[in-house]
Amino acid sequence: MTVKMIRTAAAVALMVISSAAMAEDVTGAGATFPAPLYAKWASAYNQATGVRINYQSVGSGAGIKQIKAKTVDFGASDMPLKDDELAKDGLVQFPTVIGGVVPVVNVKGIAPGQLKMTGEVLGNIYLGKITKWNDPAIAALNPGLALPDAAIAPVRRADGSGTSFIFTNYLSKVNAEWKTKVGEGTAVNWPTGAGGKGNEGVSAFVQRLPNSIGYVEYAYAKQNKMSHVTLKNAAGNFVEPDDITFKAAAAGAEWSKSFYQVLTNQADKNAWPLSGATFILMHKSQEKPAQGSASLKFFEWAYQNGDKTAGDLEYVALPAAVKDLVRKQWATIVDASGKAVAYK
Amino acid sequence: MTAILPADADDAAGMTERPTRRQPMTNPPASRAASPLGDAVFALLAKAAAVLTLSLLIGIIGSLIYGAWPAIQTYGLSFLWRTEWDPVQEQFGGLVMIYGTLMTSLVALLIAVPVSFGIAMFLTELSPSWLKRPLGIAVELLAAVPSIVYGMWGLLVFGPILAEYVQQPLQNLTQGVPYLGALFSGPPVGIGILAAGIILAIMIIPFIASVMRDVFEVTPPMLKESAYGLGSTTWEVVWKVVLPYTKTGVVGGIMLGLGRALGETMAVTFVIGNMNQLQSLSVFEAANSITSALANEFAEAGEGLHQASLVYLGLILFFITFVVLAFSKVLLARLKKSEGARS
Repeated sequence: MTVKMIRTAAAVALMVISSAAMAEDVTGAGATFPAPLYAKWASAYNQATGVRINYQSVGSGAGIKQIKAKTVDFGASDMPLKDDELAKDGLVQFPTVIGGVVPVVNVKGIAPGQLKMTGEVLGNIYLGKITKWNDPAIAALNPGLALPDAAIAPVRRADGSGTSFIFTNYLSKVNAEWKTKVGEGTAVNWPTGAGGKGNEGVSAFVQRLPNSIGYVEYAYAKQNKMSHVTLKNAAGNFVEPDDITFKAAAAGAEWSKSFYQVLTNQADKNAWPLSGATFILMHKSQEKPAQGSASLKFFEWAYQNGDKTAGDLEYVALPAAVKDLVRKQWATIVDASGKAVAYK
Repeated sequence: MTAILPADADDAAGMTERPTRRQPMTNPPASRAASPLGDAVFALLAKAAAVLTLSLLIGIIGSLIYGAWPAIQTYGLSFLWRTEWDPVQEQFGGLVMIYGTLMTSLVALLIAVPVSFGIAMFLTELSPSWLKRPLGIAVELLAAVPSIVYGMWGLLVFGPILAEYVQQPLQNLTQGVPYLGALFSGPPVGIGILAAGIILAIMIIPFIASVMRDVFEVTPPMLKESAYGLGSTTWEVVWKVVLPYTKTGVVGGIMLGLGRALGETMAVTFVIGNMNQLQSLSVFEAANSITSALANEFAEAGEGLHQASLVYLGLILFFITFVVLAFSKVLLARLKKSEGARS
């Protein structure tokens, strides 16, 4: 009898403890690009503090919808929202990490980094105007490189994605015809090319199809040892995609004005032109300040301790100056009474 | 059939006979569980289940129309034949996806129906009896393979084989031939309508084949033996006796397969190429299907016309499935009617 009572008491106590822990659980939803990093951060944070972060990688569009509907504590998006749109829904946004999109090719005899391209040429390939690898426009950029007389098979994302946004945003900036004909967005009306589902779909196509070109997240290109392209940036230099050039792109942006920064085609002489940050969205006025505070504490912890994890997964941490700007922004997130929500 | 079964007579007899039955074989149960209340509750539950299904259906249609309303207002029926799909300019039309859905399903049926017929015929008429069970189970197991597996296999294994050994020889063979050449044109990548159709065929064969086998098996042996006794070959028996006897079930099985093909998403999205342009009617051209477009774009579609257009596509798929189902019912009714006329 007493054993039974103790057991019941223990069960009840457990339930109480777990429900107390439940209250501190933080949920977020959105972009798929930073999802592996957020998962790693969340598990390390859980070990360090016991707070569980539940992140669902449902896509940026769905993440924005969910945070607007207040079904999650924070939303995540690869595409920053414009300031007036943020103001309309009472949201604030801040960047977490930087990444890059890399054009990759599968052409016999061309080693990683050997092929040079400009945004103009890249745009014309995806417009279907340049159809052969030995086109004079490509040959002029690559003197001495043996380019085959073969048709180019462009590959792009089939699903709506922040990767496509960075790619099309860049092409719109550097190729006038692209801007008028296609434009920028997470999904656009692609004039040509086969669509692969997700980064893995695109990289599978490019690796399999001879004479193809595609674009993937930097991490995918690196992990699959794909043949990347060096791009001419706004300053006129041909640059390699790596953490230095991504960081250069981030450093050049005017974060102090607004967090609406698309890091493509930045002016810095080392900047990789297809860089982009990924963002978190939160409500400016927190209905559940405890949840808001728990979310902010998680990101503060990640800013302090997460840079190495980010680097291991081929993301680039924010420059310290940008992190300080973000903290300033956090101070404006308030509860119902107007008191700032604690992030430390 | 039902008229022959003496269902009513049995009930009536049971009611009148039960009190007068004199020598029961065993003792009757001490108390009967059924009570008027139990009956009423059960009837209510059964009715509720039926009503729930119906209201779910109406609810789905209603919410589809509600979600698609902005697109319906903007485009009306012209959505059905507009080919643009441009999320940036907010111009939407469903023809490419509708064409892709119907075409891949057609290719799938063209392949799956004869193959399934062959499987069913072999299993019921030709196979040695020790092979029947394992082979039948193997076919049914194919239905249990998740669709993503077929998709990955189609993309990584089947696509390259199709490109190298089918598409390129066919293109070389038909180069310059009018119409036929255009039918096989397209980039030699092995993904597109044909690849999706073949993958779909593999996915629906187990459904059609197992339904066909089951209905073939219920053909009365007397009919078949008579035909054999008159000197018919196996083919004649199956074609002229078994198939006419079972056509209702066979059509039902095909419709089941078609329904699956129309709605399949994951496997199709891997191998169809997801191209929202209708450049040629070639079976090797990358295209898109309704389900694939929904799966790819819904998560990232912003509120407004893009989302509404996707929901509109869903509504059209719903309508297509409904038409297919209605058509099959009409077909079956026709078949039955002509049956009566002939006999």
